Amino acid sequence: MRGEKGGKYTTVSIPVTLYNRIKAMIEGTGFTSVSQFVTYVLREVIADMERQKLESEAITEEEKEKIIERLKALGYL
Amino acid sequence: MVSRPHGGRLVNRVVSKKRAKALAEEARELPKIEVGPSLAADVANIAHGVYSPLEGFLTQDDYLSVLEHMRLYSDIPWTIPIVLDVGRDEINSVKEGDDVAITHNGEPIAVMRVEQVFGWDKKRHAEAVYRTTDPNHPGVAQTYKMKELLIGGPIDLIKDIPEPFEEVRLWPVETRVLFRELGWKRIAGFQTRNVPHRGHEYVQKAALTFMDGLFINPLVGWKKPGDFKDEVIVAAYKALISHYYPKGSVVFSVLRMRMRYAGPREAIHHAIVRKNFGCTHFIVGRDHAGVGNYYGPYDAWEIFREFPDLGIEPLFIREAFYCRKCGGYVNAKICPHGPEDRVRISGTKLREMLRKGERPPEIFMRPEVAEVIIAHGDPFIH
Repeated sequence: MRGEKGGKYTTVSIPVTLYNRIKAMIEGTGFTSVSQFVTYVLREVIADMERQKLESEAITEEEKEKIIERLKALGYL
Repeated sequence: MVSRPHGGRLVNRVVSKKRAKALAEEARELPKIEVGPSLAADVANIAHGVYSPLEGFLTQDDYLSVLEHMRLYSDIPWTIPIVLDVGRDEINSVKEGDDVAITHNGEPIAVMRVEQVFGWDKKRHAEAVYRTTDPNHPGVAQTYKMKELLIGGPIDLIKDIPEPFEEVRLWPVETRVLFRELGWKRIAGFQTRNVPHRGHEYVQKAALTFMDGLFINPLVGWKKPGDFKDEVIVAAYKALISHYYPKGSVVFSVLRMRMRYAGPREAIHHAIVRKNFGCTHFIVGRDHAGVGNYYGPYDAWEIFREFPDLGIEPLFIREAFYCRKCGGYVNAKICPHGPEDRVRISGTKLREMLRKGERPPEIFMRPEVAEVIIAHGDPFIH
């Protein structure tokens, strides 16, 4: 299925009551449709979940100390 | 809290020293793709996470998705295609799945796992990215000079290219640590390809008023003739910051990345890159990344509406001017006076004065800044 801008889209179902609440809430905001709002919210949630999943890949204490040493040597700290 | 990297994870494709040595040896036996300084900078930017979530040069699905939808195939916002162009003769023996060495000045700097080699339509590319096919547009002109094929796939960086401004060049992993160490939670990124005049200073300080810190991140690398030389931009900013910014309020670091002059699309690209450096906000000025009359003065503001999921907040700050009645720098939103009281900074006039070695009036440019520009003798790219 093609969306307004020619991208690929599909349909998901949400309760009508929720749809109506969102519709009322986005009035006067930058969101032009319920779909646009739902897409935005889902992207945020997914990105957050991905971040949590990847937290274990953060730099090690040793790497951090090395960076701090370099920043000090360059006068940033 | 510093911004989450674009796509959720800061990419690191820099191999360990031990691995780099072995990989450099292997690279000597591989088919080679020689790249110029701008592409070499792209290689380093990919490897150091500046272009997160890209792990390499775009493959066809991503490339077409970026052209048509301004998003990667995975739906993550991305507006400027980061591509590696090659000639047929360079990749005669190369098949998808092979490794190739990317060389700069004959030395291997990275190894690429070839995922795809594909043809492209330069006019379509120009129309999508630059909104014009006019060869007089500097970005379009560069596109037309590119080779007939694109080659995509992840890269592993063997070694960084020498950076003349190494003492003021930080990578995202470093700025992210730095901002945390400084205790900054709200950080405004400022993109520039110019020396600073009073209007720039006003815009930066307007943002800084509400932020914990300002990240001034000028581009060094290829720019069009008539733009300021890299060393002049760096010296001018050092002068401005040391004389006119509170200590500890600014981090100044250069970014080696070529200007494309792609206006709105490039504004989004610039914002994404600063998000990867850890900025939470990004200053978008008038005619951001524009050139000539190819884009409307506020087109770059409009495009941000299409990206509610960008993950970095744009700061739309109006063009500044000096108002005689207000007695200082202001913008149209806060100044009630008419055009007769407003003195606008003319970039052309400013350049002309600097070219002649004349110091611009203090309301246009700080004397310490003008001093270092004039001292350079020939501050412009030819």
